[in-house]
Amino acid sequence: MVGELTWSRRVVGLWIPLAALFVFALFPFVWMAATSLKTNAELYDPTSNPLWIRQPSLEHYIGLLKESNFIVWVGNTMLVAVVSTLISLLLGLMLAYPLARMRFPGAALLAITVAVCYLVPQTLLFVPMADLINRMNLGDTLSAVMLTYPTLLVPFCAWLLMGYFKTVPKELEEAALIDGASRWRAMTQVILPLCTPGFLSAGIFAFTLAQNEFLYALLFLNTSTIRTVPVGITGELIRGDAFYWGQLMAAAMLGSLPVALIYSFFVRYYVAGLTAGSVKG
Amino acid sequence: MSVNPALEAAARPAAAAGVVTRRPFRPREWLEREAVFSWVMLTPPLLFLLAFLGYPFCYGVYLSFVSRPVAEPATFVGLGNFGNLWHDPIFWQAVWNTFRFTGAATIFKLVGGLGMALVMHQNFRMKGITRALLLLPFIVPTVLSTVAWQWILDPGMGLFNRLLMYFDLVKQGPSWLGNPTLAMLSVILVNTWRGLPFFGITILAGLQTIPGELLESATIDGAGTWQRFRHVTLPLLMPVIFIVTTFSIIFTFFDFQLVYVLTGGGPANATHLMATYAYAISMGGGQMGLGSAAALAMVPVLGLILLAMTWYVRKA
Repeated sequence: MVGELTWSRRVVGLWIPLAALFVFALFPFVWMAATSLKTNAELYDPTSNPLWIRQPSLEHYIGLLKESNFIVWVGNTMLVAVVSTLISLLLGLMLAYPLARMRFPGAALLAITVAVCYLVPQTLLFVPMADLINRMNLGDTLSAVMLTYPTLLVPFCAWLLMGYFKTVPKELEEAALIDGASRWRAMTQVILPLCTPGFLSAGIFAFTLAQNEFLYALLFLNTSTIRTVPVGITGELIRGDAFYWGQLMAAAMLGSLPVALIYSFFVRYYVAGLTAGSVKG
Repeated sequence: MSVNPALEAAARPAAAAGVVTRRPFRPREWLEREAVFSWVMLTPPLLFLLAFLGYPFCYGVYLSFVSRPVAEPATFVGLGNFGNLWHDPIFWQAVWNTFRFTGAATIFKLVGGLGMALVMHQNFRMKGITRALLLLPFIVPTVLSTVAWQWILDPGMGLFNRLLMYFDLVKQGPSWLGNPTLAMLSVILVNTWRGLPFFGITILAGLQTIPGELLESATIDGAGTWQRFRHVTLPLLMPVIFIVTTFSIIFTFFDFQLVYVLTGGGPANATHLMATYAYAISMGGGQMGLGSAAALAMVPVLGLILLAMTWYVRKA
């Protein structure tokens, strides 16, 4: 009797809502995958079951890779994301370390400044930023986005790393200094190695944010061969004619894959970063 | 990095800082002082932020006071740009849309996220994988998932209308993105879909910090499930909920890519947000000054929302 009661409670309280959440969160991806694997004939046949594939076909994937610069866009996106993540981690570390571990005049004011920078949205800055990039003659180059993405990522990385740096006891550093290490050495050989999870969290987060960025890429990247995946897809794959959804969904699948893969390996660090910083999104 | 690694060799304890001043100047010892070391580290990132955040912001403020069509010199117009916006009905529609969009999406994400957190805060197998999968909408680049949603909402062959017709619920499905009301609802739905897991996972992390003894003692005192939630769990969750909501309001309020990709602000400006309208003015219309003013107009509006929220929380 009691067992039955808890069992039915568990169905109502756990399994049904969980199933609903799964359907809500994942059906767009199922639809994306199903569309990308159907032939056009099946895709636009109103009598077919929308979520079932009768004849799986890779024609859209092959067409996408042959007819567009998709591979180049993936390469560009990766390059930009890796470079801007590395820049952001380095600059974020340089901001966070003194703020978290040193006492010096102006520290409190600086910490607030970093927090404010973190909250400045890019939609506020894109008009002057476009002007600035054009005057630096960086318009239509990948350098333009590699320089502007860190403006979004540095404050976030700094904020997250500060949290990690603060958790290392001050005594460790003092012991290193007494043993004759310089501050630089205490930092690089004692404190930073202990904060590796923090760097992983911040790095993975910065990487996914950089892959996600759209506005600056839209503003600065006009030539097809230097575009990133999001601007390439919206700019070139959405065409006038109606029958392009297969290729578009193939592109969305392949474009999501790198992020999803990296995320699946480091999901623990990603969640740690998410809950520690409460991020942009 | 501006700190020379070679200084490792001659390092001295920091405690010697007071003595150093009386000796001849030694750069290595000088660098060991806390303030000096800090500022040497801080200068490069601060210069970067000054150049690429501080300067554009000031320049944007300047631009909002000039008239500057593309490739023409700027002329000072004072508050003229803001005056033009004040008399622009589309701008006011964008303001109203931004409020509706932010308000509705935030409420849906908060309620749904709280529900998701409570469901996830039970014991079941493969919790890690479940959490990872449910967070996917938040991970996948927004533009890519939004394009998929565009296809889901396609009036002819999209999933929604196909399902409606498959189950014979309608003869002809509605034009999800062509009808002003439905288009706004669609934009809110997609934003909710993407942001809900973020609320869920963050609130779940908050739930996990609540000590079990508190809930146990409440049970011993005779509190039921709802009372435990209302009087123990919810008050302890409030700080997390406040932070998540504030962040979400800010980034929903300034959202650009979702609307730009899904509807382009249409139909008939029904889904234009302040951000997409500012983009349309400056990049589509070439009016850099006016566009900058429209973007800056978001600051006081957002400031008011955040002030109201802080006031409400103080009171509560």
